[in-house]
Amino acid sequence: MLQYTLKRLVVTFFVILVVSLVSFMLIRVSGDPAIALAGEGATQQEIEYVRHHYGFDRPLIIQYVDWAKKALQGDLGESPYFNEPVLKMIRERIGVTMTLGVSALLFALFVSIPLGVLASIRPNTWIDRVALTISVMGQAMPSFWFGLIMIIFFGVTLRWLPISGSGSPAHYVMPTIALGYYATPAFMRLIRSGMLEVLSSDHIRTARAKGLRWGKILYKHALRNAIIPVVALAAVQLGFMLGGSIVIESVFALHGIGYLAWVSIGRSDLPVVQAIILLLSMIYVVLTFLGDLLNAFLDPRIRVR
Amino acid sequence: MTALLEVEGLRVDLSLPAGVLHAVQDVSFHVEKGETFSLVGESGCGKTMTALAVMGLLPRSATRSAERILFEGEDITHAHERRMTAIRGARMTMIFQEPMTSLDPCYTIGDQLEEVLLEHRRVSRREARERAVFLLEKVGITAAASRLKQYPHQLSGGLRQRVMIAMSLMCGPSLIIADEPTTALDVTIQAQILSLLVSVQKEYETGMILITHDLGVVARTADRLAVMYCGQVVETGTVAEVFTRPLHPYTRGLMRCIPIPGKTRPGQKLDTIPGIVPTPIGDLRGCLFRNRCPHARPACAGEGIEEVRLTPGRSYRCILQPEENPEKAAA
Repeated sequence: MLQYTLKRLVVTFFVILVVSLVSFMLIRVSGDPAIALAGEGATQQEIEYVRHHYGFDRPLIIQYVDWAKKALQGDLGESPYFNEPVLKMIRERIGVTMTLGVSALLFALFVSIPLGVLASIRPNTWIDRVALTISVMGQAMPSFWFGLIMIIFFGVTLRWLPISGSGSPAHYVMPTIALGYYATPAFMRLIRSGMLEVLSSDHIRTARAKGLRWGKILYKHALRNAIIPVVALAAVQLGFMLGGSIVIESVFALHGIGYLAWVSIGRSDLPVVQAIILLLSMIYVVLTFLGDLLNAFLDPRIRVR
Repeated sequence: MTALLEVEGLRVDLSLPAGVLHAVQDVSFHVEKGETFSLVGESGCGKTMTALAVMGLLPRSATRSAERILFEGEDITHAHERRMTAIRGARMTMIFQEPMTSLDPCYTIGDQLEEVLLEHRRVSRREARERAVFLLEKVGITAAASRLKQYPHQLSGGLRQRVMIAMSLMCGPSLIIADEPTTALDVTIQAQILSLLVSVQKEYETGMILITHDLGVVARTADRLAVMYCGQVVETGTVAEVFTRPLHPYTRGLMRCIPIPGKTRPGQKLDTIPGIVPTPIGDLRGCLFRNRCPHARPACAGEGIEEVRLTPGRSYRCILQPEENPEKAAA
C-alpha cells in the first residue's frame, strides 16, 4: 500500500509538471501578451517597453523555468491588472468554487443514487424509464442553457431565487442544480448497472436464503458493492466540476475561480490564467489519487491481502 | 407424525423468448425429520429449481404453483414473502454450489455469520459472535475467533464452503438444502465436506435435501432419493430399494454409468446414456425419456404416463410394469 502510494505520488508530480509546461507554452503562443497588456492604441515603443518589463522577450523555456521556480516557492506572480498577488486573488475566490463543486457533487449523488437503485430493482418498468429520461435529458442539455432556463423560470418569472452573485446560500441553489444535474446521468447509470449486476450475483441469493429483509439486502449487501466504482467516478467528477464550473460561474456571476479564469483569459492576464490551470490540474490529479485510495479502502479485496 | 417437508404437485415455469420452459413438472416428494433425502439427476433436470421453489427463492422470471407445500405442518404454498423471510435462514437454510461467489466480498466472515442470528433471534452481538465461533470450530475451522475478521477472498474454496455450512446452522434449522455442495471443490476436499455435512446433520438431527448428480454420493449419504429427469421425478424410493431394484429405465441407465466396486472390471468401458436431455419447452406429451430409452414403444408418446405410487415414498413414472421389466426377464 505504501509503495503504491509513493508510486502514485511520483506520477502525480510528473503530471502536474507536464500540464503546467504545456499550458504555459499554449498560452504564450496564443497571442502576444505584450500587445494585449499595453492596451488599445499603444505605440510600438510602449509595447516594446511592456514586453521587456514583463520579460516576454526572453526565450520561452527561460520564462517557464523562471515561473516554475517561483511557483515552487509559492509565488505565482502578480496580476498586471489588479497589481495583486495571484495567490491572494485565488484564495479569495476558491471558497465559492469549492462550495459550488462540492454541493453540486452532493446534489448529483443524492439524485442519482436513489434513482439508480429504484431503476435497478424495477428494471424496464415506468420507474426505470423515468430515471432514464431524466438522465438522458441531463446529458443532452448544455448546462449553461439549463442554467439560463432556470434563471428565466425561477428567477425572473417566479422570483423565488436570486439569479446572480454569491451572497447567500440561496444564491447557490440554481448553480448547484445546473452543475450537478450534468453529472447525474453518469452516476445513475453506473449505479443502475452496478446494482443490476450485484443483485443477480450469488451472494445476494445467499443473503436472501439467510432470510434477511429485502431492505437490508439492498443497502447492506447490494449497494455496498455497487457503490465502489461510483466513488472513483465521484472523485474524478468533482475535479471536473471544479474546473468545469467556469461556464456556470459565468452564467450566474459567481465570483469563483472559474469566473476569474474566464475574465482573465479575455484580458490576457497570464499569471492568473497560468496559476488557475496549475491549481485545477493539481486538484484533478490529487482527487483522482484520493479516489483510488478510497476505492482501495472500500474494497477489502484491494485493501486486505 | 407428519413429515418435515411435503411437496405435492410442484410446478415451476420459466418464461423464455423461445416459449415457456417447464423447469419443474408435477414434482412430489417428502422429507422426514432428520433424514437425508437426495435429488439426483443430470445438469438442467430441475433439481436446483425444485430447491429454490421450496425456499421461495426463484428468479423473478419464474412462476411457481403447487398443490401443497407443507413445512413442519405449516402450509407455505401461498405463504407471503414476509412469512418466507422469517422461515428462510432460521428453520430452512440452503448451501449453494459456488462457495467462491456465495459470500459477500465486502464483509468479514464474522459479520456474515452473525447477521443471520441477529436477524432471526433476539441476541446481542456478543452472543452471535460466540455462536459463530462455536460453529466455525464445529465445521473444522481452526483459530475460529481470528477467522471472523477475515474476508471471503482470504479463504480457500473448501474453507468458504465450511463457512457456508456454519452459516446454515446458525439458527439451528430443521431442514438444510445443500445444492451440489461439493461440485465446485477440489476432489480431495469433496469427501471432507460431504462427511462434515453428514456428521452435522446426524448430530443436530436436521433434515437434509442433498442435491447431486453423483450417485456415489447418494449411496454414501442419503436415506431416500428421487431421480429427476427433464423436470420430472421419474423414480423415488429408499436408497436400498432404488439401488437394488431400479424401476425406471433412466435410473437403470444412470446406474450403469458408474463403476461398482467388485463388479466393474479394470479396463471395462462404462455405459453412457445415448442422446442428450431434451429441453422441456412448450407442450409436453408422453414420456420425456422415450427418445433415449432402450425400451421405448409407441404408447410412450401418448397421454397417461402418470406417476405409479407403489407405497408412500416408492414410485416411478413409466408405463412399463416392473413385472415386465425386460432386464429382469432376461436375467
